[in-house]
Amino acid sequence: MIMNMVQALNSALDVMLGKNSEVLVFGEDVGYFGGVFRVTDKLQKKHGRHRCFDTPISEGGIIATGIGMAAEGLRPVLEIQFADYILPAYDQLVSEAARLRYRSNGDFQAPITVRAPYGGGIFGGQTHSQSPEAIFAHVTGLKTVIPSSPYDAKGLLIASIECDDPIIFLEPKRLYNGPFEGYHDRPLKPWSGETESHVPEDYYSIPLGKAKVKKAGSEATVLAYGTMVHVALAGILESGVDAELIDLRSIVPLDVITIEESVKKTGRCLIVHEASKFSGFGAELSALITERCFYYLSAPTIRLAGWDVPYPHAFEWDYFPSPDRVAKSLKQLLED
Amino acid sequence: MCFPTYRQVGWLLARGYPLVKLINQIFNNNDDPLKGKQLPVLYSARDFGFYSLSGNVGTRFGHAVGWAMAKAYRNSDDIAIGFIGDGTTAEGSFHEALTFASVYKAPVILGITNNQWAISTFTGLATNQDTTFASKALSYGIPGLRVDGNDALAVYSVLEWAADRARHGHGATLIEFFTYRSGAHSTSDDPERYRPKDEASLWPLGDPIERLKQHLLANSEWSEERDDEIQKVLDKQVTESLKEAERIGVLGESKPDVREMFEGVFKEQDWRVKEQLKELGL
Ligand SMILES: Cc1ncc(C[n+]2csc(CCOP(=O)(O)OP(=O)(O)O)c2C)c(N)n1
Ligand SMILES: [Mg+2]
Repeated sequence: MIMNMVQALNSALDVMLGKNSEVLVFGEDVGYFGGVFRVTDKLQKKHGRHRCFDTPISEGGIIATGIGMAAEGLRPVLEIQFADYILPAYDQLVSEAARLRYRSNGDFQAPITVRAPYGGGIFGGQTHSQSPEAIFAHVTGLKTVIPSSPYDAKGLLIASIECDDPIIFLEPKRLYNGPFEGYHDRPLKPWSGETESHVPEDYYSIPLGKAKVKKAGSEATVLAYGTMVHVALAGILESGVDAELIDLRSIVPLDVITIEESVKKTGRCLIVHEASKFSGFGAELSALITERCFYYLSAPTIRLAGWDVPYPHAFEWDYFPSPDRVAKSLKQLLED
Repeated sequence: MCFPTYRQVGWLLARGYPLVKLINQIFNNNDDPLKGKQLPVLYSARDFGFYSLSGNVGTRFGHAVGWAMAKAYRNSDDIAIGFIGDGTTAEGSFHEALTFASVYKAPVILGITNNQWAISTFTGLATNQDTTFASKALSYGIPGLRVDGNDALAVYSVLEWAADRARHGHGATLIEFFTYRSGAHSTSDDPERYRPKDEASLWPLGDPIERLKQHLLANSEWSEERDDEIQKVLDKQVTESLKEAERIGVLGESKPDVREMFEGVFKEQDWRVKEQLKELGL
């Protein structure tokens, strides 16, 4: 069936609510209304108010309650309306969800899945556009998953719900209704034209920690996740460079083997993310590449990222890494 | 100092903030006083006693308490007022602010705009329906008042009482302003998806401006002619301000210099900003 990313995520939740009575779905506006981005549309009607419900506006409360339920044995899927609003719950995620199994020596665990739309390109300004993945990747005990297509979104969300570890599931909201290559002045593209919009209606899962080679190539490796997978691909095509594009799909666990194999083959690497550059996830990727592929490198690794400023509303398209900047970085990478 | 939510643009207008400036912020144009850094309607105007708004709900409620304590520390008579939405009282920031306000007897007025909705959820989700928001004050040991928020004179008098109390060193007051959100939550919201179409028309407590007008007419302090007159003057002011802002440029047509993107992160720019400006060709 053809699905956009919202429908694919909705289908994943629907399948899991049907399959496992221990799965619950809740968050702000997710029940009766079906979520501000419609990801939980009709789930309450179909599965009942005990399975899918609205919560008070309290991110700390949502996550704390979810952890308590998960410790008991349920599988809560918690929505934070925007990733920007996850911070009131950061203590719960870092000090509790991520540490519960370790500090209790396996007595308890917190298999929560925290879904949150993230990323820019939607004219959302500072508090509806940020990409906070690095602040989760740094926390040992949390996994961070970021899909880039409807097919992956469903399979990865199901795998996340089934995983016994706490998961931050960041949904690239700019990709909800169509792939976005970063050409903000061109007409919107729907998902329906893309192979990755063919999504099985039934259960399937995609293992966490397996990157996907989105495009094979020999001259350089490009690492990206979420919205930037599409921007990077457009930039590669613009540049004419025969680059290999790897969609990481999850940054923890990280498929370091696929990265290593590709970079050893190409000898050059460009990392692209929306989040600002300094101490962004690109820093970890770059360090790993230096440690593991140093003698294979023909050029220093380049990080293309958001500028080191808060997400600036009026300057969205100056901030947002564009295909042009990807192409420019690739050319520089080949010249170095 | 006033610590508003996005619902209190009226405070800015009441304090004489220039309309054109306000619209320039909404357009994020070249004359935007916030230089394109903030979402439309999330104003900041220190000179008008209007604290910087943010997209995160609730996070400034405690700032009102801190500001008030700073004024007390300086032996000033100034007080602070902070507002929060009914839905947002579920956030920790609401309870933290009340705890600090009550423990330190801060000269602050803490207001809740109970408009009965928080996007798609009704107040029964923000608090148990067997209580009121005002009564939460009791457990913190401060007065809690509940007022018809659409009665301008009642609102005025409770605020006057609370301000007096704060100025005389008796500490904080929590006030619940009972009202109703008759429109959509925002421009991207459609309330028909979660409440009856005619709900707004059934709200019994009326429009606060219309009610004040009727009251003044009944007391012969106002007339339909004067009302028409002021309506015309205001309409003209708004239209002219809008035109002036449009001349500078609407959203996307005009924006501040892109260098502004890097200003204000730190007081002084570090090497990163300098290098990134260069990378942008600036
Ligand atoms: C920390 C945080 N969580 C969630 C949101 C998303 N959000 C924006 S407004 C809103 C509803 C607020 O309701 P209420 O406090 O009643 O204020 P009202 O809009 O009714 O004035 C929500 C959930 C947010 N902006 N910030
Ligand atoms: Mg409200």
